[in-house]
Amino acid sequence: MNNLVLLSGTASDSHTWNLVYLQLLLEETGYRVVNLGACVPPALLADECEAEQPALVVLSTVNGHGYQDGPRALVELRSRPGLAAVPVVIGGKLGIGGPEPDRADALRAAGFAEVFDDDTAITRFREFIASHALCRTAGTAS
Amino acid sequence: MTGFAAFVGRAAAEGRLVVQPRMGMASPGQMRAGLLAVLGARATAAGTLTVDSYTRVGDHRAALTALRDGARLNGYPIVSHHPDTTRAVLDGLAGLPVQVRHGSADPRAIFGALAAAGLDATEGGPVSYCLPYSRKPLRDSVGHWTEACEGFSGHLETFGGCMMGQLCPPSLLVALSVLEAVFFRHCGVRSVSLSYAQQTSPGQDAEAIRALRALAGRFLSDVDWHVVVYAYMGVYPRTPSGARLLNDNAARLAVRAGAERLIVKTVAEAHRIPTVAENVDALESAAAAAEAAGFEESTEDTGVLAEATALVEAVLDLPGDPGAALLAAFRRGLLDVPYCLHPDNAGHARCHIDDTGRLRWSSVGAMPIPRSVVDRDSPSGSASLLAALHRVAHLHDA
Repeated sequence: MNNLVLLSGTASDSHTWNLVYLQLLLEETGYRVVNLGACVPPALLADECEAEQPALVVLSTVNGHGYQDGPRALVELRSRPGLAAVPVVIGGKLGIGGPEPDRADALRAAGFAEVFDDDTAITRFREFIASHALCRTAGTAS
Repeated sequence: MTGFAAFVGRAAAEGRLVVQPRMGMASPGQMRAGLLAVLGARATAAGTLTVDSYTRVGDHRAALTALRDGARLNGYPIVSHHPDTTRAVLDGLAGLPVQVRHGSADPRAIFGALAAAGLDATEGGPVSYCLPYSRKPLRDSVGHWTEACEGFSGHLETFGGCMMGQLCPPSLLVALSVLEAVFFRHCGVRSVSLSYAQQTSPGQDAEAIRALRALAGRFLSDVDWHVVVYAYMGVYPRTPSGARLLNDNAARLAVRAGAERLIVKTVAEAHRIPTVAENVDALESAAAAAEAAGFEESTEDTGVLAEATALVEAVLDLPGDPGAALLAAFRRGLLDVPYCLHPDNAGHARCHIDDTGRLRWSSVGAMPIPRSVVDRDSPSGSASLLAALHRVAHLHDA
């Protein structure tokens, strides 16, 4: 079991400070990180996942198009035979008008393992990656 | 000299800072109304026509579809509107110079469209509109910018002094701004401005702007040039008073250090795209702050000019024209932008904010900067990065 996280912006988002911050956070929790940077089209994201075989995919976006761009990325990932099960989470400022719980639920229903889109996002994300790391360690031990 | 540059030159000769907003609407009528409001502001103002993000990435089909369907765009699609439409937007706006702002690593169509509509000023650069925002290889961006500049007879501003928006040490901002201006001149542009974005320390910023002027005087002596300061481009204060204070401080910085033009930020910055009225408020507030400020002759020398000079000289000493030199410099890591994730950036440089509020190097990678200025014991990690990103906002909101 590897400890690799593939971290990526979404297709239409050119912001990167969020990605720089999350890379540090993930590395401090013990993960290795491949950071794809800004404006990553779904096909490139899927290609990189096939090449890297990460344990977790983290999408981060703050340009307000996340509720639209997220599912497109996920559909492309799930269309690849080797990527049917890799957990994918998304977070940031996903809409232009603040958090929208209904649309966050729609992302979960579409197959995102977790959605971090509100005031508690960073706290919940830290908890998520800590528990994910624990599960992974347990899995390795057994 | 172009109309835009001549306007700035006249204002500077009369001791007035030119202030300018960011502004772009899809509708010609709304775009015109916005420019008219800027013209009516109690300020020596220049207008801005910001293009939408479809036009920025060259997806003109999507921009046309959005126009046809009445969908909302986040700017004025200057390539998709007919030149006559854009002329009508600008008709009768004599006295208001207008700059087109775009953010594109391939500005060829935008340069063509603005010239066809009778506009004469725009901005950007092959490095500054590629590395932070685009996945395009730097080589492609340099090629596109070379082609765009060679057919351009107007005024062109570098965005190199604004790299990453925040947390870039001033000496590197100054060097990139100068190098992009040298690139423009080599491509035949005769009127340029050099940008510098307000960072974390007023004293260090003033020193940087003076360094920028010194290097422009040395490397751009045969073209028309001026300096434009950008109000803080990082995480912005959330309170109206904090936001206004930071914008006003940018105006004071510009006057104090002898810059001719300022790009303002509004009280809405931390929250959403500003209204026209909020932009006019920001222009008038900055103009009043500038009016009350004065030029200051000397400033402390902490080595910004020496560092920037070393960077510029190291790049221009490389073989080939300025475009080839920029490519080679990034390949070798002679230029290395901290925290920039683009594949063509070496990614070994890091920086931090010291106890006095100044930006300092934590690591310089392969850049020709003395190791003696590097503070290796600086805090690193996610918590200190987050604190650094929010420092200016917190100080002004307090």
